[in-house]
Amino acid sequence: MMQTTVKILKKPITSTIIAVLCGFIVAAVILAFAGYDPAESFAALFSGVFSKPKYISNVIIKATPIILTGLSVAFAFKTGMFNIGAEGQYIVGTIFATIVGISVDLPAVVQIPLVVLSGTAAGAVYGAFVGFLKAKFGIHEVITSIMLNWIALYLSNYIVNTETFHQPNSTSTFAVNKSSFTMLLPAWKTSKEGIAAVKGNKLLSDFLLKTDVNFGIVIAIIMAVLIWIVLYRSTKGYELRAVGFNCDAAEFAGINVNRNIVQAMLIAGALSGLAGALTITGISPHKISSMAAFENNGFNGLSVALIAGSSPIGCIFAGLLFGGLLYGGQSVQSVVGAPSEIINIMIGTIVFFVALTKIVPALADKLGKRGAAHVK
Amino acid sequence: MLSNLNIFLIIGITLMYSAPLAFGALGGVISERSGVVNIGIEGMMTIGAFAAAAVGYFTANPWLGLLAAGAAGGLVSLLHAVASVTFKADQTISGIAINLIGPGVALFLSRLLFDGATMTLPVPQKLPKLFGENAFHNTAFSDLNVDITVILALALTVVLWFVLYKTKWGLHIRAVGEHPAAADTLGINVTRTRYTCVLLSGMFAGFGGASMTLAVISQFTPTAISGQGFIALAAVIFGKWTPFGAYGACLLFGFAQALTVVLGGGNFAVPSEILAMLPYVLTILVLVLFVGRSVAPKADGLPYEKGVR
Repeated sequence: MMQTTVKILKKPITSTIIAVLCGFIVAAVILAFAGYDPAESFAALFSGVFSKPKYISNVIIKATPIILTGLSVAFAFKTGMFNIGAEGQYIVGTIFATIVGISVDLPAVVQIPLVVLSGTAAGAVYGAFVGFLKAKFGIHEVITSIMLNWIALYLSNYIVNTETFHQPNSTSTFAVNKSSFTMLLPAWKTSKEGIAAVKGNKLLSDFLLKTDVNFGIVIAIIMAVLIWIVLYRSTKGYELRAVGFNCDAAEFAGINVNRNIVQAMLIAGALSGLAGALTITGISPHKISSMAAFENNGFNGLSVALIAGSSPIGCIFAGLLFGGLLYGGQSVQSVVGAPSEIINIMIGTIVFFVALTKIVPALADKLGKRGAAHVK
Repeated sequence: MLSNLNIFLIIGITLMYSAPLAFGALGGVISERSGVVNIGIEGMMTIGAFAAAAVGYFTANPWLGLLAAGAAGGLVSLLHAVASVTFKADQTISGIAINLIGPGVALFLSRLLFDGATMTLPVPQKLPKLFGENAFHNTAFSDLNVDITVILALALTVVLWFVLYKTKWGLHIRAVGEHPAAADTLGINVTRTRYTCVLLSGMFAGFGGASMTLAVISQFTPTAISGQGFIALAAVIFGKWTPFGAYGACLLFGFAQALTVVLGGGNFAVPSEILAMLPYVLTILVLVLFVGRSVAPKADGLPYEKGVR
């Protein structure tokens, strides 16, 4: 009995579940203090996520980029780097996907990979630059990343306002050519045959006609598995983790630390760039717009990675949870009238308790030892 | 090319932009010197910025607003202290949580207190200027009549330097940040030192938020603090964890902002978006050319476990 309790408590997932529960409890208390009914608010949150196929689809769409930026941050964590630059890498991903998607118009089979890879490559270069500055000049990756995030934001605004890409009378660029779209059967939304084909089926018509169902989530899941394999089943991954765990020991063992730093950031950047590119190809309006502040797709990746405990597979679920909270949170405001920022407080609280509950396994260990001593 | 007037203007804007950053950065310095990484400055500044504007609006007294900002920042920083000192939790994670909770609480309260709006109403009275409201009016010197917060930030820098390097308590703080076990054996209370430093760090960051919403602008908006906390964090590392170093980094950043403003006013061929990158590009360039490797306090980010060597 004691043994099983200890075993369960020592599982990382237990800590995460406790943290999520604490997030809900704190949010409930705050809502109650502010004069809103917590039960009603959470009911609105859940129905805002699950009550219609359309909602579920939108949650998945919202989760896709943050799963990927979460992976980016988690991967960097595993290699000993703090990738606070996911935001900037995501932005350059959207920029280059948009530029290529507008300038080139090839058949979809060639166009889609080209656009997606352009964004991915841009993110990779952006990330590798941070790694290079750290490896070559010893500059802390957090400083360069923070600076590069802003540079990316202004670069994006600059591209939006260039004559070549700016759509007149708007605050955005032109949309990318349709051959770049990665939605599932986008033509069905407007064609008579398409509408007729799914009309009878509520689930399909909701998914296909009312939301931008796209292939992004499939790619995100594939990447999560791929990153897991790279980290835990390849020599390269072993090297990268060794550098992250103890870079002096790794160097002593003959691992080229500097090269690994650049490579780690290259991969992390590529993942965030991919997230940006898939947003452009998969979700309307398929273009970049002027930004006054960050849209947080990269910063949210930080929270996703933390909730996932930097596990690549965990990022999928943490991303879905995060996407659900963000999307369902809108209903809390529209139905109950409580400020939707309660969701940010809740996510913050969850992350906070993730930090605290890291001690649960240690406590369980103590508990187990005490139990064992008792038996003797 | 630049007239005298422009030079005064550049100095004035430099100081104006650097004040909120300097408060945040000094908060970072004191926390990290005691061995607690504080990535949550952004969140603490945001909550301070809101508290300052809200209290400043309802009481019509900007000084009360400033105090409230310090209190609010301090309160939030206690969360960070509990997590990182008492629970020995991962300080980066806790800091990121603060960055989510701070703006969340600020906007939540704003919606409750200001009819569902995410910004407060303008405060009736801002913090005063150094030489009073109408001094040097319409003269070249009016640009140098800076906000009082500029002077406060500079004073705090000097005080923090003095405390850290010239007092016994400062020595204790630095010892705790470098080698907590050694400090402990000498009878220094590691836990209390770190709690105090993190609390002060939150208060400083709160003042930084206030100097944005009570001096630079006159109300809280969702973008009032958008990234200043992170810039301050960069300034801490840039300034090699020293008060003057961090302040200097903030000045450099403010100067680049000022150049952006002044150059943007002229008829330059450079688009405004490219010009806006200047502070960030300049920071990276300076780091590459002059600063290089920076070494954190040895125990920075490590929880102290009694009895573990």
